[in-house]
Amino acid sequence: MLAVQAEKQLGEFAVNVSFTSDTAATALFGPSGAGKTSVINMIAGLLKPERGRIVLGDEVLFDSVTGINVPTWRRRVGYVFQEGRLFPHFSVKRNLDYGRWVSGHASNPRQLSHVIDLLNVGHLLDRRPGKLSGGERQRVAVGRALLMQPRLLLLDEPLASLDTARKHDILPYLERLRDEARVPLIYVSHNAAEIKRIASRVVRLDSGKVVETGGIELLDGARADVLA
Amino acid sequence: MFELSPQDWTAIALSLRVAVVSTLIALPFGIAIATVLARASFWGKSALDALVHLPLVLPPVVTGYLLLITFGRKAPVGAFLADHFGIVFSFRWTGAALACGIMAFPLMVRAIRLSIEAIDKRLEHAAATLGANPVSTYATVTLPLALPGIIAGMMLAFARALGEFGATITFVSNIPGETQTISAAIYTLTQVPGGDAAALNLVIVSIIISFAALLASEWFARRAAARLHGS
Repeated sequence: MLAVQAEKQLGEFAVNVSFTSDTAATALFGPSGAGKTSVINMIAGLLKPERGRIVLGDEVLFDSVTGINVPTWRRRVGYVFQEGRLFPHFSVKRNLDYGRWVSGHASNPRQLSHVIDLLNVGHLLDRRPGKLSGGERQRVAVGRALLMQPRLLLLDEPLASLDTARKHDILPYLERLRDEARVPLIYVSHNAAEIKRIASRVVRLDSGKVVETGGIELLDGARADVLA
Repeated sequence: MFELSPQDWTAIALSLRVAVVSTLIALPFGIAIATVLARASFWGKSALDALVHLPLVLPPVVTGYLLLITFGRKAPVGAFLADHFGIVFSFRWTGAALACGIMAFPLMVRAIRLSIEAIDKRLEHAAATLGANPVSTYATVTLPLALPGIIAGMMLAFARALGEFGATITFVSNIPGETQTISAAIYTLTQVPGGDAAALNLVIVSIIISFAALLASEWFARRAAARLHGS
């Protein structure tokens, strides 16, 4: 269960949102510039709200009244960025292993091979991120975030940088991720068709505010975007 | 015809030792100051920036003079270091290394700072979301990505130290076997009638060393860049 209530002024633009998420996959839906990325940056701790309270499970991640602000690296909130953000100086394998390595946990070969199979990245392990295609990069980015054993996984337009064919390649992996990984997802997108395949609950944002929340039928009114 | 005298060899060995030692000792300070200048914001930052760059704009003899009145045997800092730690700079090769390190410092800091400023901070944010605390992020993401700049900074510092003349000769004089580097030896030779022929040998040697250092740093920088871009 994730509960977000946050306010932040970003120049001319104000974000003021309040929503909860208790399903396997909740989508943050809205046009670009609606404040979707700002909202998940606040959940991840990369952006500090001016006022509000963010609670994940029974842990308060942020509370402006009591002054709680758990640093990003202690939140255990996974984040798949739009552009992947793989470490260019590490191989794919070390990218995948980074979260475990940096927090000093013992290696867990079973979990590693499970994630490698789930995302079909086994043949890429010795490559450098610079040599990967866009789709491969995003799969590795998803695997890297999963392997730090997050309590919640944020995906920020993970398909936006890919062409239509690649999107169709990756979507099945994301569906498997939702069904098998047992980590709740927050899926950010401006694409209704994509969201219908991944999410069961939709929070619709516009101009920094929540305008609607509900099931995916909420998207039927929205322009019937094809996967493009 | 190309023959080096024992004094020449002494000067060459001393120059290399002074340049290597001053570069290596300056490195951790250079990385630290470059990081602070690139990333931190605090009151007095421009003053620190100016102080670091001072040896670049001051006449070297002025820097040498300032070292003399600070680190000389009877000067406050110099006396303290000598009495408590047994570290003596005046008229020793260690003093030459100190002078070279200080003269080279701005170049080193500048190269490292630029490379840290060029790093995509979003990669550091990604490391934080993966559970890396700020120290781990710095060690595993920031420093490796800054490596080409660190190599360039070391190379510039080495070259500067090798060519240093004014501050060194002012601070620790020109004592064969102790503080007479290649530059000082060339200067000494050219002051004697007919010495320019002997000086030519040392000139050739210093050209060779500089060239080799340049090639080595190119090679290291290319290897580091290849590591970053995946081949």
